[in-house]
Amino acid sequence: MTSGLVFALAGVALFAMGAAGVLLLAELMRRVLAFNIMGSGAFLVLVGLAQRNDVPDPVPQAMVLTGIVVAVAATALALALARRYQALGGRDELAGDD
Amino acid sequence: MKRLAVSLGAALFAALLGAALLELGPPAATLAPLVAGTLAQSGVTHPVTAVLLNFRGYDTLLEIAVLLIALIGLTAVARRGEAPAATAAVEPVLTTLARLAAPLMVLVAVYLLWAGAFRPGGAFQAGAVLAAAAVLLHLTRLLPAWATPGTWLRAGLAGGFLLFLAIAAALLAEGALLKYPPAQAGLLILAIESGLTVSLGLILAGLFLFLSEERR
Repeated sequence: MTSGLVFALAGVALFAMGAAGVLLLAELMRRVLAFNIMGSGAFLVLVGLAQRNDVPDPVPQAMVLTGIVVAVAATALALALARRYQALGGRDELAGDD
Repeated sequence: MKRLAVSLGAALFAALLGAALLELGPPAATLAPLVAGTLAQSGVTHPVTAVLLNFRGYDTLLEIAVLLIALIGLTAVARRGEAPAATAAVEPVLTTLARLAAPLMVLVAVYLLWAGAFRPGGAFQAGAVLAAAAVLLHLTRLLPAWATPGTWLRAGLAGGFLLFLAIAAALLAEGALLKYPPAQAGLLILAIESGLTVSLGLILAGLFLFLSEERR
C-alpha cells in the first residue's frame, strides 16, 4: 500500500464523517464545519488517488488547489448567511429541523 | 433512530468506497507525462503552476470570478452600521509582534509569488499569506474592519480578475482561450499572478474583515 492510497482512504473516512455530520448536526455553524470536512475528504481522495503509484500528478493537485480556495470563499459566504439568519430569527438552526 | 441510521449508512459508504479504492487497477490515462512533455512551452518550470495558469488557465479565471462573487454575496448579507463591541485592551507584546510580522509576511508573499514559477508557491499561497497578515493586524486592532468598500478597495478586489480577463480577451486571436504565445508566456503568467495575488489577498482578507463586527 502506497502513501497515496493511505491518503485516499483517510479522505474516504473524512468524507463519510463529514456527510454524517451534515445530516446529523442541527447548528448551522457545525453543519458548515462538517461540510468543510467532507470537502477536505474529497480533496484528499483526489490527490491521494492520483499519486497512488508514488508518481505525483500535477493536474489533480492544481484542481485541488483551486478547490481549496473556492471552499474557503463558500465557507465564508455560508457563515455570513448563517449569521444573518441568526440575526433575523434569533436561532442558529434551520426552521423545520427536528 | 436517525442518528443510528445515518451513522450506519456513513460507515457502510466508507467501507464500500474504501474497498473500491483498494481494488482500483492502474490508471487508464495519466496526464503527468503530457504535462512534463509540454512544460518547456508553458513559460514556467513548475508543473502545478503550468497547469494552473497555462494548460487549464480557465479554471483559475473562473475561480477568481467565483471568489469575487462570493465576496459580493457576503457584503450583501453582512450587516452594516452595527454598534462596535466593547474593546478590551490588546497585549502590547502581541501588538508589537504583529507590527513586526506584517511586513515580513508581505515579503514572504512576494517571495512565494516569485517562487511559483519554479517550485511550490504561486498566487494562491501568496494571497493567503497577505490575507493572513491583514487578519493578524485586524485581530490586534491595528486595522479596522471594513464597511462599504471605497473606490480603491473595489479596484483592488476586482483588479486581478479584470486583468486576467483582459489578457484572456487580448489573446483570443491565438485561436483558443488563454493560449499564450510561448515566447511571452512566462511574462504573461507573472503579470496575471501578480494581479491575482493582490486581489486574492484582498478578497480573502475581505471575507474576514467585512464580517467582523469590531468597527471603529
